[in-house]
Amino acid sequence: MAQKTYAGITVDVNEEGYFTTPSQWTKEIGIEIAKELDIVLTDQHFAIIEWLRNRYNAGDALSIRSINHSGVLDVKTFYQLFPGAPLKKATKIAGIPKPASCI
Amino acid sequence: MTTEKDLPIKKVSIICAKGAVEDVYATLVMGNGAVMEGIETNLFFTFFGLDAIVKKRMDKLHTAVLGNPALRLPGGLRMPSWLGIIPGMEAFTSWMMKSEMDKLDIPPVSEFLDLITAGGGKIYACKLAMDMFKFKQEDLSEHVSGVLTVGEFYEKSGGEGSQIIFT
Repeated sequence: MAQKTYAGITVDVNEEGYFTTPSQWTKEIGIEIAKELDIVLTDQHFAIIEWLRNRYNAGDALSIRSINHSGVLDVKTFYQLFPGAPLKKATKIAGIPKPASCI
Repeated sequence: MTTEKDLPIKKVSIICAKGAVEDVYATLVMGNGAVMEGIETNLFFTFFGLDAIVKKRMDKLHTAVLGNPALRLPGGLRMPSWLGIIPGMEAFTSWMMKSEMDKLDIPPVSEFLDLITAGGGKIYACKLAMDMFKFKQEDLSEHVSGVLTVGEFYEKSGGEGSQIIFT
């Protein structure tokens, strides 16, 4: 188990940098992780991050398809907000584990 | 793990030549998965695989009940081949398979193409197969970027870290 310090707070992460204790996350931490990924967070980013965290906390599986049903934004915008691998990047920034989903 | 880091896949081109549910979904799941990983993705549909991008057919794909020895009844017993000749059996089996997929959040073909192209994945049709089955461009989903010859497909599939997969 590794640890990393973001915004002055030490958090537990796995070897890939994903949070293992999502309750340690704060918005300021999210901003710093996003910086590492060259992403500047906007209100739209935070809206989907909040949705992802709520869904994770409710125990629901995360998939790229579920983003379309989020009511926050569509998949195309999601890909634009987190270019490259959006679900991986967004969950990393949101301080929740990497989704074990194939779709 | 080390080889994965040393030589990452940057581009993947997947060929789908068959039109049964399982053949098409193999291509769509692999393709969508690649897009989600940030890999440049081309999907190339040819022969019976064209059904996956023909508007009127894409959401009505079937799975074979005859000549499919892996097919099982609910409960896990092997399905006897002769059951397959019962009228409606293929439609029923295909419906059951799709409802099981829906439970796993696997989308219908048309929605899958939406997801793949929303992430920048490209969908192509094979020119020769289009001519053979007498399809026109307007028969195809709006997500199809173009109709390609084999040569054009290879041109698009090249580059460092690129792979071609035939499902």
